[in-house]
Formats: sequence, structure tokens, C-alpha cells
Amino acid sequence: MTDTEQSLAPARASALGRFEGLRTFVLLVPPMAWLGVAYLTALGALFVTSFWSQDDFTGQIVRVFTLENYQTIWDVSVYHTITFRTIGLAALVTVVDAMLAFPIAFYMAKMATPRGRRLMVISVLMPLWASYLVKAYAWRGMFSENGVIDWLGQPFGISSPGYGLTATAVTLAYLWLPYMILPIFAGLERVPDSLFEASNDLGAGSLTTLRRVVLPMAFPAVVAGSIFTFSLSLGDYIAVQIVGGPTQLLGNVIYANVGSANNLPFAAALSTIPAAVMLVYLAVVRRSGALDNL
Amino acid sequence: MTKHTRVHRVLGAVLGAAALALVAGCGSSSSSGTTSAGGFTPPDVPMQQKMGAMEGQVNILAWPGYAEDGSTDPKIDWVTPFEQQTGCQANVKYFATSDEAVNLMKSGGYDVVSASGDASLRLIASGDVAPVNTALIKDYDQIEPFLKDRAWNSVNGQMYGVPHGWGANLLMYNTDVVKPAPTSWGAVFTDAAQHKGKVTAYDSPIYIADAALYLMKTQPDLGIKNPYALDQKQLDAAVSLLKDQRQNISEYWSDFNKTVTAFKSGSSVLGTTWKIIQQTAAGEGAPVKAVLPSEGATGWSDTWMISSKAENPNCAYAWMSYITEPKPQSEVAQYFGEAPANGQACSLTGAQFCKDYHTTDKAFADQIWYWTTPISHCLDGRTDVQCTDYGQWTQAWTEIKG
Amino acid sequence: MSTNRRLKAVLLAISALVLVFVYLPLAVVFVNSFSISPTFTWPPPGWTLQWWRLAFHSAGARDALLTSVEVALCATAIALVLGTLAGLALRRTRFFGRNVVSLLIILPIALPGIVTGIALNNAFRTMLGVDLGFVTIVIAHATFCIVTVFNNMQARLQRIGPSLEQASADLGAGPFRTFALVTFPMLRSALLAGALLAFGLSFDEIVVTTFTAGPQVQTLPLWIFQNLFRPNQAPVVNVVAAVLVLTSAIPIYFAQRLSGDSVNATAAP
Repeated sequence: MTDTEQSLAPARASALGRFEGLRTFVLLVPPMAWLGVAYLTALGALFVTSFWSQDDFTGQIVRVFTLENYQTIWDVSVYHTITFRTIGLAALVTVVDAMLAFPIAFYMAKMATPRGRRLMVISVLMPLWASYLVKAYAWRGMFSENGVIDWLGQPFGISSPGYGLTATAVTLAYLWLPYMILPIFAGLERVPDSLFEASNDLGAGSLTTLRRVVLPMAFPAVVAGSIFTFSLSLGDYIAVQIVGGPTQLLGNVIYANVGSANNLPFAAALSTIPAAVMLVYLAVVRRSGALDNL
Repeated sequence: MTKHTRVHRVLGAVLGAAALALVAGCGSSSSSGTTSAGGFTPPDVPMQQKMGAMEGQVNILAWPGYAEDGSTDPKIDWVTPFEQQTGCQANVKYFATSDEAVNLMKSGGYDVVSASGDASLRLIASGDVAPVNTALIKDYDQIEPFLKDRAWNSVNGQMYGVPHGWGANLLMYNTDVVKPAPTSWGAVFTDAAQHKGKVTAYDSPIYIADAALYLMKTQPDLGIKNPYALDQKQLDAAVSLLKDQRQNISEYWSDFNKTVTAFKSGSSVLGTTWKIIQQTAAGEGAPVKAVLPSEGATGWSDTWMISSKAENPNCAYAWMSYITEPKPQSEVAQYFGEAPANGQACSLTGAQFCKDYHTTDKAFADQIWYWTTPISHCLDGRTDVQCTDYGQWTQAWTEIKG
Repeated sequence: MSTNRRLKAVLLAISALVLVFVYLPLAVVFVNSFSISPTFTWPPPGWTLQWWRLAFHSAGARDALLTSVEVALCATAIALVLGTLAGLALRRTRFFGRNVVSLLIILPIALPGIVTGIALNNAFRTMLGVDLGFVTIVIAHATFCIVTVFNNMQARLQRIGPSLEQASADLGAGPFRTFALVTFPMLRSALLAGALLAFGLSFDEIVVTTFTAGPQVQTLPLWIFQNLFRPNQAPVVNVVAAVLVLTSAIPIYFAQRLSGDSVNATAAP
């Protein structure tokens, strides 16, 4: 990110106008204090808790430094299975959403009439207001035996895969689709039309233009959308309980440990996994400029 | 003294000793209990001595079906009469497993909770519930005596709750698909592959006890005497059985509406259940029946407990008094499908209902293995081994689900 | 763009399919809200308007809706203030820690909700010892709503450039005056867009809310969660969802009109 902005020219009498550092400071303190206090401290406290343990006997948290939570995660293979399953699912959902979102976002951004565009934007945004839970439950009904999918697929001999990983992937892809469409749409809108004309003038067909001009320019936006789909899938525990059958994802295990054995230290240790994955992901995508496109 | 009475005396003593040690470790906000050799002293929480003015509302934490206010079905309503009689507005929150209940009680904000045996001792030991002054409960003397002063609802003769009702976990099956009718828990364990992908089980680590119960009857050489007292070897056997079952599972359920829709649509055809689920599903037109298998069953014996931090203690006592009166007891029992704690409810439910549910049959009641929190001091009295505790069961449960 | 007809047709077809995919479950929800079966057997065995009648009389739904609106308004207000301040800081001043600040602002929404949820729950209950309630929800929601306002602000500030503000300063206006008379009017629509998105985010949030809501406070998602479990309430929930989707067209439409430039209305989820 290059710094091309100039600061406001210093005004005359006020200190705020004169001292840019002061201005930055005053502007930043409230939000940073909020985020620092409300959020970072909470995260830090959770992280510290992961190094404590829960006394199985009394249920109280024993505030003695120990690595046993991390040791358990490392040793017991089921946690590895669950982690890879979750990451794999999140990646799959992201790819599917990107593939579904790109055509519609491109059409909306570059090919629709202004009125058509507005209509399409509204129709993409409206489903966001139907509750996440209701949508997940609707998919539960659709995937059930003799549900909508069975009903629609009957003439073709297709039957519902039932509750499980497939159903979870479809449902999650469905739920997060608007979060992928919007950034790609916004990013594509920023691509000037003249680029397409230039590409055409240079002799490239539409597909080539798409592949070599549009995609690279839209890539940061796609990555921006992926941050949401990836993160939302990584931590989800509700939709998977509704359509996933007996499937366990990281979110479920974390949730079960917070509620079940009331084992907050272990849940905290488990939650460092998705947090770490996201932090790595953010660090990697920073270079691609995606963060500007959120 | 019958064998069961002796077993329960031993159980009581062992639980008492265990809870003593449990409290010895506690030392949190409430004053630490004394650890004398003979007695068990839970955290010192004051008991209400007399009734005061009603506060105008009460926050109830209940199993679904225990506090119906007409919103499920306008004819099923015993909360509204309570509100009219006492002026206490009832705010009900439901939970799906005992673990949720314990967690919610810890977070505060609730006055009464209907706690099963695997939650009640945890709540007593952590000081989240207060002893109950049974003199303030209107029809306490009508409650069946074998439910009073039990290991899970009392400590040293002091009651910590008011018994609500009890019942067994049953085996529900789809009469169209599962033929012949199952008579053994083997239908969901060793024979589960016959209905691959359509078996359900309760989504809580406490379900391990169901597997242990089955092993207790079918593999006696494992030496399981109490499905909640499992040493590592016995736990491993139960876990292995459950991992096999996992291959045939459609869903693990904790939210019973999910089970109803699953049985209605045919996604599930066989599995552990509560009577209310079978009744609801049958009411929806699903061809389901429930049966108590030959090996016996795990079950629950629920107790209304009052929070130590209750903001509306008088309304809370009013609720506990009300819900144990014969008429509400008969209504809950019939709706939920359990045996009411108040034997007088039998005159309102009809004699057949009470016979079916063995309401006054102590011997039958003693055959059910009520949900109890497993602890490392073996609940069956063994001192030569260490039993697995609930934390280990929770870990095992995650491994089972895979 | 010089159009290749075929490409346009293909894209239109795919877009249509995607929209069908998006609206199919919603259609199922709508149809089920008229179904006589409370367990949503398909196809619906019969039709009834009773759920709609029940929904309109449902005090629980109304209260939950009101609570959700209140929470969302408060959280949006806070997010507006904080997001604007942060946006101004990052786009109108030279500041070397920009990446760090950006990351920090994005973090609440980038980290999975359950992590944020249990962290805040732990902080409120164990560290601060406060009871969960309305305020704790607002704090949690505001925290992850800041990013939507921030992004819209950043984008708009970058687009309009500092020249007008510099001109204003050259003419003698102090920073506050410049902000009030020059910057703010240009930002208004971006603020509105950001506010609308923040409102939407807070309105439908369930995960973090589960961990930060007190027992007496019930936002709409919590009410839905509670009632999806109860046999005869589930269809009422469908009605509520259907109504929400249909009525959401109005504020979304206005957001589109007022923002004029659709980029800013949709720049962030």
C-alpha cells in the first residue's frame, strides 16, 4: 500500500490543525481504545486461559501454567482429523462460492443496465435479511428424506445425499454466497471499462480478456470475499449441527467444551487453531491488496 | 434390607465421600467446606426460612416440555394458571442437555432449574444452588418417599431440591421399517448395521452409560457393576462399541424437535428417545412406538432446584410448590411421558397411567440407572481402581463422534 | 464494455441460475409458512393461514424484533463514530502503523465468531465480573461492526481525495469546521451505506450474541433459535423470516438510491 495521501494543510490557530501527529492520535484513540480494551484484552485473556487447566474433580479452573491442553490436541488424532476436515471444508466452500459469485458479479458490474444492476444488487442483498437459522433449517428440510431435493430429483433419479458433509458444504456455500458476491462486484465496478475496450482493440477475444485482464484485477476482491467465507466456515457450529448429521467440525468441539465439561481452558486452546489459521491467511493475503477491497 | 436398598446406601456413602473430596478442592467464592472424615459439607449457602412477598416474576430453566405455557399447544398450559395464582410472570428458557443446564446456572440469571441427577450434584458442589426448605413446599408430604433424600438431591439429610418426576430413556422405532419390533438395546448397537445411516443416539457424553449398560448385561466378564462407574478398560470397551455404532448413525440429537422431524421424514428410524418425543412424533402422524428394552435403561430423576443467587426467591418457591401439586404434576407427567413425583397425581391421570409409569413402584424405580455424573471415585464402591470422570467421558465422546 | 453477445447470454444464464439457487430455500420457507404441517413435511399436505395469524399476535416475536432493532441501532451508532474516526485517521494523515490498525479493525470479523464469542464471554463474566445483558451485546456487536463503516469510509475518502479539504483549509477553516462543512457532506452516503451494513450484520448475528446475551435479553435470532426447537412455533418462525426478507427490500432500495454510487453501498458485506 503506497502512501499517496497528503495531510491536510495546517490551519492557522488550532493545535489540531498544526500538529498532524496530535490529530492522528486524537482520531485513533477512541477506536483503538475500544478495540484494544474490548477485544484484544479479551482475546489475550482467552489465550492465557488456554495455558491453564480445569480440575476435573471440582470443575474449577486451576491457574497453573501447563501445556497439557496443547499436548492433548497434539497427541489425540481425532483433533487432527477434525482440524483438517474443517479447513478442507472451508476451502471447498470458498472455491465454490468464488465460482458461483464471479459470473453474477461480473454481469452485475459490467453488463447489466443501471436499473438491472440495481435490481440485481437488491435481490442479492435481500436474502441476507432472512435469518441464518431459518435458511439452515430450510436446507435441513430440503435435504431430508422425501424433502424438496428428493422431490425435485425424482424424475431424474437423483436422491438427496442426506445429512452429512455434502449437505454442510452446500448449506455453508449458500449462506456465505452474498458475502462473496458483494466484494467481487465492488472490485469489478472499479475496473474501468476502457480496459476492456483496449484489450479488445489489441485483438483479445472475450474469454482471453476475461482470463488475462479481468481476473487479475478482480483477484484482490475475490480474496477479500474469501476471507469471510473462509472465516465463517472455519468457526461454524450451528449450520453443521442442523444439516451435518453426526459430522463434527472445529466449531462444534470448541462449543461442546465451553458448554459441556465447562472446560474453558481446553476450548481456548482449541480456538487458537482457527484463530491461527485466519491470522496466517490474513498475513498471506495482505500482499495481494485484498484488505483494501473488503 | 433389599439388595437395592443396600446398593443405594453404599452409593450414597460413596457419593457423599466423593462430594466431600470434591468440595475440599473447591475453595472458590463460597466458603470452603470442612473436610472431616465422617461428613460431607457442601458450600455454605443459606436456606430461605420463610416466604416473603412475591417479586412479580421468576426465571425458570427447564427441560423442554416441563413448563408449558400454551405456546406449543393452547391446551397444554400449566404455567398460565401459576402466573394468575401467584402474580409471578414466568420466563422460561429451555436447555437440551444437563451440561447446558450446569453452564447456564453458572452464568446466573435463573431462579429455578429442573436438574437431572447428572447436573444436580455438580450444582450443589459448586454452590450454584441453595438447600431447599421443604416446609415451604405445599405438597411436599405427598411426594413419593423413595424420591426424597436420595444421593443426587440431598446431602446429609438436607434436601437440595424438590423431586419433579422420573422416567427411563426408551428405544423408539419406526413400526413400518423396523420389523420385528426390537426388544433389546442390541438393535442400536450390535445390530445397528441393519439400519445403516438411520440410527440416532443422544448427543451427550452421558450416553456412554447406555453403552456401558448394554455391556453390563451382554459382557459380564468386563465386570461393569454400575454404568457410571467405569474404569479405563471398561470405558474403552464402551467407546469401542460406540465407535462401531457411529458408522450407522444418522444424527446425534439433543434438540428434540430435530428428532421428531427426522423420524417423521424417515431420516431416522431407530434410536434412544424420551416418551414425549415419541408422543409428539406419533401425534404428527409418524409411525413410531417406544419400548423399554430387556436390559433395562438409563433414565433421569429430575429435581427442581433453586439458585443460590436467585433474584426472585419467593416466586421461585411458589413455582416449586405449584409444580409439585397434584394437578400440574398430572399434566406434566402425561405431556412429557414420565412418572410424577407426587403420587396423588394418580387420581387425576387415571390408574392406568400410573400403572404404566410405575409411579408408586419403588422397586421398578430402583432398576433405572439415573443420570449421574461420573467421578474418579468409583460410584460402585471399588477402591482398587480409579474410575473415569466426566472430563474423560467428554474427551471420549469427541473421539467417538470422530 | 464492447459486448460479446454470447458471453453476455452465458453470464446472464449463470446469474439467473445462481439467483434461483439463492431464492429456492427462501421460496421453500415461504411455502412452508402456509403449510398445515408444523414439521414441514414436503410437499405440504394442506394450507392454512394460522401461522401468519399467530405470528402477528406473537408478543415474543415482537419483543425480540424490538430488542434486535435497539441493539442494532446502538451498535451501529457506536460503529459509525469509531469507524469514521479510524477511517479519517488512516486516510487523511500520514501514519506508519496503518497496516496494523487495519488488521486490528478487521480482526473481530475475520476471526471466527465462536472465538470472539467465548473471548468476550470470558472477559465479561470472569475478568470484569459483569452480568451479561443488553450492554454486553451492544459492545460485542459494535466491535465487529466497526469494520463495515471503516471500509466504506476509507474507500470514499480515498476516492474524493484531499483537495477539497485542503482548499477549505487554505481559505481559513479549522479542522472541525472543514470536517463539518466540507468532508461530512461528501461522506454522508458512504456513512449511510456503512451504517446499513452494520445494522444488517448486527441484526442477524447469532453466534457472538449467544455468548454475550443475558438471559432476559432476547434478540430476534435468539428468539428464532429458541423457537425452531418447539414443534408448533417453528412455522411461526418461517413467517417472521418471510416478512423480514420482503420488508428488507425497502431499506435496501433506499440505500441504493441514496448512495447513488452503488460501489459504496456494497463495498463491504
